[in-house]
Amino acid sequence: MWKDIPLVPENASTIATQVDLLYWFLVALTVFFVVLIGAVVVGLVAYYKKRDDGRKAVQIEGSTALELIWTGLPLLIVVGLFAWGTSLYVAMQKVPADAVDMYVVGKQWMWKAQHPTGVREIQDLHVPVGQAVRVTLTSEDVIHSYFIPAFRTKQDVVPGRYTQMWFEPTKIGTYDIFCAEYCGTGHSAMIGKVTVMEREAYERWLSGSTGEPPEVAGRNLFESMRCGSCHPVDAAVKEIGGAPPRGPLLAGLFGKEVDLQGGGKALMNDEYIRESILKPQAKIVANYEPVMPSYEGQLGEEQILQLAAYIKSLKGSP
Amino acid sequence: MTGSTDMGSMATTTGHAAAEAPRETYLTNGYGWKSWFLTVDHKRIAILYLISVTFFFLIGGLFAVLMRLELATPRADVVDAETYNRLFTMHGVVMIFFFLVPSIPAVLGNFLVPIMIGARDLAFPKINLLSWYIYVVGGIFTLIVAVSGGVDTGWTFYTPYSSTYSNSQVALTAVGVFITGFSSILTGLNFIVTIHKMRAPGLTWFRLPLFIWAQYATALIMVLGTPVLATTIFLVALERIFRIGIFDPTIGGDPVLFQHLFWFYSHPAVYIMILPGMGVISEVISAFSKKRVFGYSFVAFSSLAIAILGFMVWGHHMFTTGQSVYASMVFSVLTMLVAVPSAVKVFNWAATLYKGSIELTTPMLYALAFMGLFTIGGLTGVFLGIMAVDRHLHDTYFVVAHFHYVMVGSMVMAFLCGVHFWWPKMFGRMYPEFLGRFAAIIVFVGFNLTFLPQFVVGFQGMPRRYHVYPEEFGVMNLLSSAGASILGAGYILPMFYLAWSLKWGKKVGPNPWEAKGLEWQIESPPITHNFHGPVRVTEEAYAYGEEPTHGHATNTHGQKEATSVR
Repeated sequence: MWKDIPLVPENASTIATQVDLLYWFLVALTVFFVVLIGAVVVGLVAYYKKRDDGRKAVQIEGSTALELIWTGLPLLIVVGLFAWGTSLYVAMQKVPADAVDMYVVGKQWMWKAQHPTGVREIQDLHVPVGQAVRVTLTSEDVIHSYFIPAFRTKQDVVPGRYTQMWFEPTKIGTYDIFCAEYCGTGHSAMIGKVTVMEREAYERWLSGSTGEPPEVAGRNLFESMRCGSCHPVDAAVKEIGGAPPRGPLLAGLFGKEVDLQGGGKALMNDEYIRESILKPQAKIVANYEPVMPSYEGQLGEEQILQLAAYIKSLKGSP
Repeated sequence: MTGSTDMGSMATTTGHAAAEAPRETYLTNGYGWKSWFLTVDHKRIAILYLISVTFFFLIGGLFAVLMRLELATPRADVVDAETYNRLFTMHGVVMIFFFLVPSIPAVLGNFLVPIMIGARDLAFPKINLLSWYIYVVGGIFTLIVAVSGGVDTGWTFYTPYSSTYSNSQVALTAVGVFITGFSSILTGLNFIVTIHKMRAPGLTWFRLPLFIWAQYATALIMVLGTPVLATTIFLVALERIFRIGIFDPTIGGDPVLFQHLFWFYSHPAVYIMILPGMGVISEVISAFSKKRVFGYSFVAFSSLAIAILGFMVWGHHMFTTGQSVYASMVFSVLTMLVAVPSAVKVFNWAATLYKGSIELTTPMLYALAFMGLFTIGGLTGVFLGIMAVDRHLHDTYFVVAHFHYVMVGSMVMAFLCGVHFWWPKMFGRMYPEFLGRFAAIIVFVGFNLTFLPQFVVGFQGMPRRYHVYPEEFGVMNLLSSAGASILGAGYILPMFYLAWSLKWGKKVGPNPWEAKGLEWQIESPPITHNFHGPVRVTEEAYAYGEEPTHGHATNTHGQKEATSVR
């Protein structure tokens, strides 16, 4: 009967074993101290129970040596645990260089995911085994949290900003996706499945679905929104409509720093692109006028992600 | 209050002192409703609080019963999702703001702080009554919320859900919690001034009972932390009512800012809830071991260390929000440091038992249970302070189990412990000891059966605040619901026999436990101004070594020998 009751979550990502090792160490430590204190207390109570023979309590003021020992020992233990936990966490935060990008948008009460090829799915996520995946997340309404217990990781999905998580699945199978941050009436229905597949099966699954890659969708959007009437996407373009471009060049800048009006620098990343679309006045690139209108309310989070993917794909030296 | 009339005829048998006529006590010097609702006697106000917090405990408990019924099966079969979300929200709001925060400070602290320091009352008796009224007004708002549709944001009120998206009674709840905050601030202020200014001559800081140290540390947090909560809630109301962008990103706010402000109060609030309980445990373990608390000053300072560190750990609630890794590291290490003073307390309590003369009375059983459950509650907090593990456990049932081990396993145990310990002092009568021990054991077993499975199901990955859940979490949830029914029975039992004891309990003298401390040298129940004359303290706290058990600081019947220095 007990075999039917899973007491531990599936172990299906590269970090799961490491996290579990620390977890079970902590469990052992807890059991050790609870048993130790329990045994000491029960032993003392049994031995020093009030007796009728007139035995009196012996008054003891305290012991500085003992206090130092039982202050120092827990201190050493927690410092050790901190070192272990933090070094593991820092390692867990490093995204492998070959990670592929996927995008997840949360909204009450569904998960919308998009693959590098543009294939979309609702609630669920399909990923190839042995491939690191970096997921960029944002929310259209309230805070959610993308939680995959089998991968031992979760990331809050916050409206108004991008957060990132990554994982590398190690085991083929189907695992739960939960929303872990309470988000309203349908919170416990905001669940899906992540399916880890062989790479070929994943490719077959991808080709069975339609959709365009986010950077292609982004280019189409870029054109239909006429972003190019101000922003050149090629360093060779020196004039737009007979005048110098009103907006800064977008190509080849991703991941680099740009100089800002009034001094300072800003790192050109997803977050900066998003901010510049929604709040163009926030960080003006040096030597440009603050003429761009806000696109707040005109573009959805998925469209902004697509534009960012397109801008990221623009190569060339500025 | 109804019991007070009966107690009029009750002459406490203070040995040979009051054998002649019915003695006037704080319970018998007035019977009308005015004598209660306009009282400025800290002891009567404590009784008012005792009745009110018990009422709210029952309300909060009722919500918990309905939740556990729903969660007994994976499907939705008792309530719908909207109702379930209101149940866990109201359970949290009522239990935290209307039971746990005021429980020990406002009931036991109100009754005992003046007596333990040899004072006639708190420094500001009228403000003390005012804080009860404020609490009641806040409570009425919360009850109105409950009957007018409820609130569904979770007790944490996370934005922008609470400020924009929820269409439940958020504003009304905010007003209720906002108002109640002032009750804690005033109580805290009153305690700080009283402990500083009204200690009896000779009662130096290091002669104070550890209960007073714990109350003092608690009062500091109340005064420093609660205004931040009030401000935060006020900001949520501003955004919700006037659409001023503070937390909602669509109008220029930052949702994570709310979490910083909220936890800046609400994490220290956890220590508001646990520190007074630790004070109770120190008193009870000492009294039933007939020994001075081992390492007095270390236990005293560990309360202050917890209070101070408690203000610097709020970010551990936000490891998964995208908070910078460096900020998280600082919060992580500070969080884990809290384990050190907590461990120091547990070790000192255990050492107090050594070479004692131990009696396993009802309060002592609760105190020993506290030590075990607090050890589990504290150590599982370390799991959550470690970022690598929290990434998995955050917002799962592991967290629910952890804070219930601290808030219920420890704090409610400590409250029951204190109520049983000082009950004969408060009412002059004893409850049936057998039933007391029986209930203590039921509560201990029921509690563990309820919350141990939640650690397991949390590690399995079950998120908190789930109305329905996948089948694989079913067994643990069923176990938990079964345990909750045992726990519920354990909580109901004391209410009956304690009420019974008010009229039929065995009358007791000033010091039924043969314990040390000023409160055990005055009559049970005490007179209105506690002491018959000025008090002078000439010895350390917990002076169990000296003989006889009374007549050192003050005389048992009337303090006539005590000299005044004022």
